[in-house]
Amino acid sequence: MPYQEKTWIKAADKFFFFSRLVACALACQYTAPVRRQFRMRRCKRRVVANLLTGEDISVFRGERLVLRGVALRVESGGALVLRGENGAGKSTLLRALAGLIPLATGRIAWNGTSAQADFPAHAARIAWLGHLDGIKPGLSVSEHVADPERLAVLGLERFANLPARFLSAGQKRRLALARVVSANRPLWLLDEPTTGLDTASVARFADVCATHRAAGGMIVTSTHMALDLPGAEVLAL
Amino acid sequence: MRSLIARELRLASRQGSDTVAALVFFIICGTMFAFGAGPDPKLLAGLAPGVVWVAALLAALLPLEKLFGADFEDGTLDLLLLSGLPAYLVALAKSCAHWLTTGLPLLLIAAPLAIMLRMPSHVVPLLLIGLVPGTLIFSLVGTLTAALTLGARRGGVLMALITLPLMMPALIFGANAVMAPHPLAAFAFLGAILCLALPLAPLAAGAALRLAVE
Repeated sequence: MPYQEKTWIKAADKFFFFSRLVACALACQYTAPVRRQFRMRRCKRRVVANLLTGEDISVFRGERLVLRGVALRVESGGALVLRGENGAGKSTLLRALAGLIPLATGRIAWNGTSAQADFPAHAARIAWLGHLDGIKPGLSVSEHVADPERLAVLGLERFANLPARFLSAGQKRRLALARVVSANRPLWLLDEPTTGLDTASVARFADVCATHRAAGGMIVTSTHMALDLPGAEVLAL
Repeated sequence: MRSLIARELRLASRQGSDTVAALVFFIICGTMFAFGAGPDPKLLAGLAPGVVWVAALLAALLPLEKLFGADFEDGTLDLLLLSGLPAYLVALAKSCAHWLTTGLPLLLIAAPLAIMLRMPSHVVPLLLIGLVPGTLIFSLVGTLTAALTLGARRGGVLMALITLPLMMPALIFGANAVMAPHPLAAFAFLGAILCLALPLAPLAAGAALRLAVE
């Protein structure tokens, strides 16, 4: 009797051992895609690799063909400076890159997929600074940019509770830049960002740009002044 | 979108003059009709629904020019369109803000004006029930025409010339509902117009906004 009992236990033990093996194998098999996704997400967080490309961009303004066959390429951490005389089409190219102006020919792509096809999705990647600041005189500085750290980056923390109508032109520009920083978007499109800024603010702006690029961000900017953007490509229009 | 509406309301509360101007215009407009038509209570009571409706529509026109105009001039419109919201939701948020800052206060003040014009007090609720969809339709259509005339010279006049004819069906049903034997039919028509305007006007306004920033 005890002997028989022992063999029964042995058999059960063997069975459970094998079934456990099978269960483990199955579990590995079925969780593989999920684990792969987790691994990829971890990698993505480490290296944000984005790519903005434009091919053969042509844009009409009214009857005039302002841009003809422009090509550009900006990678993560990269910067592109647009240069050219007044009316050369720098602002037009920026607006076209933002998707605000339709293209006559060509293609703008984000990581290989067309940016024109899905405008809201493309807009969600962009922090925009036009030649107008978009500052509401009735709202206070902290109502434009809530984060005091981001205000401090551009030296505006002292004015947090001040209505924006009391700011000078340069301070308004800095507030608009602070909004660009606080938008947390990968692509910055800046139209003459340093207009009206004092020397100290231009230096702060350079720091902000360097931080953004170090975190994998991209900058496309038009300017007439010397900007401190190390390693930036220049596109002459 | 909710944050956009909240922002609009905050701006309106800082610059309350627009809402107040619309309300004062509404009262003055209604009062002038009373002075013009004379003190006969029967005549005034007959005119009252139409006068209140027309005065409300004219008053709601006043803040429309600044609805997108201010954003267009200071560059905020670009930011709104690049906020990641589709353009029609931006337009819808603006419509909501216009109704909350203009339509709703007008509704609140319409009853005293109607009673001042000798409207029988038992039909005042009918007037207000009709004005709810009426002002909503106005905000939607007004947003559309404000977006269409953005950047045009003499845009304000053009806006009135486009908006007011579009509001005529709503005016006919809304003003008649007060004196009609069967007001439910008129309300059903107002509701139908609202159902038509609610999806279509923001879509068209969004397309107009995209054109305006080009």
